[in-house]
Amino acid sequence: MSREIIEISVRNLNLWYGENHALINIGIDIPKNRITALIGPSGCGKTSFIRCLNRMNDLIPGTKMEGEILVGGEDITRRDVDVVSLRKKIGMVFQKPNPFPSSIFDNIAYGPRIHGENNKERLVRIVEDSLKRAALWDEVKDRLNLSALSLSGGQQQRLCIARTLAVEPEIILFDEPCSALDPISTSKIEDLMVELRKRYTIVIVTHNMQQAARVSDYTAFFLNGELIEFDETRKLFKTPREKSTEDYITGRFG
Amino acid sequence: MAREQYHNQLRKLKEDTIRMGNLAKDNVLWATISLKNHDPELAKRVIDAGSEIDELYAQIEDTCFALLALQQPMARDLRTIGAILKIIIDLERIGDIALEIARITIATLEEDHIKPLVDIPRMAEICSGMIASSMEAFKNADEGLARETAKRDDEVDALFDQVRRELITYMIEDPKTIKNASHLTFVARYLERCGDHVTNICESVVYMVTGERIDLN
Repeated sequence: MSREIIEISVRNLNLWYGENHALINIGIDIPKNRITALIGPSGCGKTSFIRCLNRMNDLIPGTKMEGEILVGGEDITRRDVDVVSLRKKIGMVFQKPNPFPSSIFDNIAYGPRIHGENNKERLVRIVEDSLKRAALWDEVKDRLNLSALSLSGGQQQRLCIARTLAVEPEIILFDEPCSALDPISTSKIEDLMVELRKRYTIVIVTHNMQQAARVSDYTAFFLNGELIEFDETRKLFKTPREKSTEDYITGRFG
Repeated sequence: MAREQYHNQLRKLKEDTIRMGNLAKDNVLWATISLKNHDPELAKRVIDAGSEIDELYAQIEDTCFALLALQQPMARDLRTIGAILKIIIDLERIGDIALEIARITIATLEEDHIKPLVDIPRMAEICSGMIASSMEAFKNADEGLARETAKRDDEVDALFDQVRRELITYMIEDPKTIKNASHLTFVARYLERCGDHVTNICESVVYMVTGERIDLN
């Protein structure tokens, strides 16, 4: 851990949904160009946490957030942060693939367009580049004008990843990206994440512990809104320090 | 508790390993007693129990691989299965040692031992005591007991040196003792190896408990 460059530094983060104290004093340093997996039973706060990282919780009425989240030295919890450019820098891929009801090309070009890119040639290049990086190009290069909804679930999810890449983020948040996919599509996404790690910092929420063990470099275990343990993945799954981590990963509760 | 079936399988796996340990422990002792008393019946019993050890070995190994493939064990469960895969190899070797000694019993039925056997049965007693303690340490995940048990290997090594020197003296003095003395040297050497296998088992138990690789030799 000491040799890593820290991309996201979280200090004393607390989150409330109305009366419900959903995250309690979270402190974690997420390293750059690494895959960090967040695991824990349902309701432990892992999705709430990932949604703090690009201020998605702002959209839920009654939420209150305290503490610091430093990304590139800037505290992104501050009121005056421009959340649109924040979400450009920190992209997100969701549980269910959610392509727009438009062509494959327009799905990818949408982000760059709203950020002001109108040059047709540059857009073509961005689309090709993003699809290649998302390992989808070879499967769709001949039908970019077809509706994105005609793609299979696994292809749609890779399209959503390509759409995220098109606006050149630095960090990508994955919220259970494979839970709606079959095993083959799942391994494609997992391979892709490992490939993407070279250029991006990745944070993934997963209910699938084996997935966390397979793809991630670091794993954080959450329980009842607290961060219980954070360590190198191979350490955490072989010799966890905390008893509750041990009990959870060996299936003794949860 | 979640994953009840899986945890039952894991418990059964540990019980089978301990059963294999008990068989190996008895066999080492019986084989040596059969040698001391020129007892072909007891030697035969050792050989029969040997095939039971081999069957348990195959069965435990199969279950370990099935659990690894199907249940993706983690943390202490993973270390336990890893430790068991190693422990059963050592137990199987100990079983083989007992068989070798029982075969020597049968090969030497017609000849008198050149001296009354004292130190060799003592070695076997220490070894079987060590196996029992190592199984106790395995059962209770008792790291301290595992470390203590491994220390007793020094006694076995010291006895081996003593027996070997004594037998060499016999052979130098009277070449007619060579046949029996070389059989007994082999037995002592087998028992010395037995102590080393128990030491390995103790190391596996420490790994299972702490995740730490250590050398207890």
